[in-house]
Amino acid sequence: MAAKTRRPAAPRPAPRPARRAPRQRAAPAPKLDLDLLGALSNAVAVSGDEGPVRRLVLDAIRPHADEVRVDALGNVLAVKRAAGKPVARVLVAAHMDEVGLMVVDHDADGGLRFEVVGSVAERVLVGKPVLLGARRLPGVIGAVPIHLLTAERRTALVKTGQMRIDIGASTQEAARRQVPVGERAGFATEFAVLAGAVRGKALDNRLGCANLVALLRAGPYPVELHAAFTVQEEVGLRGAGVVAHAVAPDAAIALDCTPAADLPHSQPERENVLYNARLGQGPVIYVADSRTIHDRRLVDALRRAAEAAGLPYQLRQPGAGSTDAAAIQQTGAGVPVVSLSVPGRYLHTPASLARLADWENTLRLAYTVLKTFTARILK
Amino acid sequence: MLVDVLEHLKALCSLPGLPGYEAPVADLLRAAWGPLVHAIHVDRLGSLWAIRHAASADGLAPASRAPNGQRRARGRAAAPPPAPRIMLAAHMDAIGLIVTRLEGDFLRVTSLGGIDVRALPGQIVTVYGTAAGERQALPAVVAAPPAHLLPRHQREGATPVAEVVVDTGLPAERLREIVRPGDLVAFAQPPHELLNGCLAARSLDNRASLAALTVCLEALQERGHAWEVVAVATVQEEIGMRGARPAAFAVEPALAVAVDVTFGSDSTTREFAHLTRKLESGPALALGPNMHPGLHAAFKAAAERAEIPYTVEPIWSGNSSTDAFGLQVARAGVPTMLVSIPLRNMHTPVEVVALKDISRTGRLLAEFIAGLPADFLATLGWD
Repeated sequence: MAAKTRRPAAPRPAPRPARRAPRQRAAPAPKLDLDLLGALSNAVAVSGDEGPVRRLVLDAIRPHADEVRVDALGNVLAVKRAAGKPVARVLVAAHMDEVGLMVVDHDADGGLRFEVVGSVAERVLVGKPVLLGARRLPGVIGAVPIHLLTAERRTALVKTGQMRIDIGASTQEAARRQVPVGERAGFATEFAVLAGAVRGKALDNRLGCANLVALLRAGPYPVELHAAFTVQEEVGLRGAGVVAHAVAPDAAIALDCTPAADLPHSQPERENVLYNARLGQGPVIYVADSRTIHDRRLVDALRRAAEAAGLPYQLRQPGAGSTDAAAIQQTGAGVPVVSLSVPGRYLHTPASLARLADWENTLRLAYTVLKTFTARILK
Repeated sequence: MLVDVLEHLKALCSLPGLPGYEAPVADLLRAAWGPLVHAIHVDRLGSLWAIRHAASADGLAPASRAPNGQRRARGRAAAPPPAPRIMLAAHMDAIGLIVTRLEGDFLRVTSLGGIDVRALPGQIVTVYGTAAGERQALPAVVAAPPAHLLPRHQREGATPVAEVVVDTGLPAERLREIVRPGDLVAFAQPPHELLNGCLAARSLDNRASLAALTVCLEALQERGHAWEVVAVATVQEEIGMRGARPAAFAVEPALAVAVDVTFGSDSTTREFAHLTRKLESGPALALGPNMHPGLHAAFKAAAERAEIPYTVEPIWSGNSSTDAFGLQVARAGVPTMLVSIPLRNMHTPVEVVALKDISRTGRLLAEFIAGLPADFLATLGWD
């Protein structure tokens, strides 16, 4: 019952104090690929088991890259050579992995015990369907019916250790035959296009992946573009560091999806002042998060590019969280980094939500900054 | 042709049918049951009746028989006394949410029926907006706000329904044009087929029982029965069994059987072993003050005749929390029975049933009805 997709127009930005380069026309933006995003969102790629997304990415980029390889950890590295003599070597990274579950044991009556991979809040697990392993075997995380529980337990959080995945197996042997220990499970939420928005699991960071694919398709650029689809971001930014070591870039941009915690405060007289980012306010440029002070020159380059192209943007509220940029920055002799994200609500839950306009404007901004990149930016 | 129980059930579970708004389910049942009965009727509160006249096992097709309301004359010299009537009741409504107010980009909601708040965050739902005239279905998400946006005393446990938000992705100004307070919000998880003939879906409470009634009506096609059967898909059970009693008043049955779901066991319910039963253990035959002991015994006998496995479910409360509660005290009182299908994760959007239990329940109902002598009531004594 997905509502009709409307291609959003870029909202006009509020006037900002200018520190400006001569006004340029917004470069023609690469197109949003809803089919690709849908396939990427529906694919299950829990950290360390990114195969299904990697295969989609490889298929999507092969015709558009000059070199493609998969490294020792499973990162995808693609090169798009510059149009002329490259002005810089720029790494653009987007992580492929998602938070999820791992099966750790089988109960006597066929239930699967599991642990979470990456940061998944316990409160979003109860009452959700999941898909297990490469076969995408259906399972559900149930709950003891409220009818049987005391009032306190009805409203108490269920601990992960108390939950089980039910695949319909009724014995330990049957469960073990179907699902080995170590199998990953992802949420089963089907991607859907809403009115001006998308809903799906793992929009963090399939939006970043879709953007990076689009950038490869839309090149070449003045820079030598090294596109990295990284693994294991959600369990400690493990893939991006080795990628940066291999590429040794002059600068790097992490494309990600950042939480828009812009929900109302439960007390109407109080305001939500800790929202991280807001839906509908455009691409999110990072200044500082818990692990990175993003490179001021690159932050300014993104802001100037947005202003020159008439694109809205917002600065992420400095605070907790981090991206692949943190790992890339500390590689080798150091790499200037910045992060650029699509704002998304309810990340790390079974059903995240992002607006098409924010997605499109983020893609445009990334495209514009690559198209207009000069060596001067890093001076 | 035998109904494909899985497909029938998936279709039933994919409809919203919130309490008071059961019409989509009634429409599906009208189509499914119409060919199996002599008459269909919708009562004042919206419950759907499917009436099957008493029939000998002569294979007469329902369509060849007398229409609505008429007792069938059997073509013998004198018309026989009117057949006694048995009412089967299974509720059509499903738990859901209803919009209380709009707040910026978000909807605030309250529950329609016994919502399990623990399952709300991260749940996909459909909002049925009516502000723009025509009903508009908007896919949406239920979310629990981060702790810092909640009152201090609500930061620990599960977020209460009053504190969650429903998000359609629409900005405030467009949301206002489409949705208004009083609009319905239904769960939207699609059915999820598990191994061993198990189905996970929303609203299996009580669409599973409606599918069992379909199986029963179909089985009765092949059987004679001395009793008139009125299968009723009732409304508004989840908010306090409000459809069954008025329906029973109007149907005026001599016997009544409620069909509902009961607690299925799994790895997480071990401490409730005495209150739960395995999937595939067959229909649960309730025993307690809400059920007539003679009917209970007759159902056991029917199960044994047809070699259908069953369990006995003791319900010590006077209220079985099913339509049986209303049926029993309709008019001057009705001998009532409750037959239940084991179901896991009740009142979450991932309820789980075994399809076998549904067909067995349907076959048991048919066996019981076919085996009822016309003078059964006279044998249903107390002492």
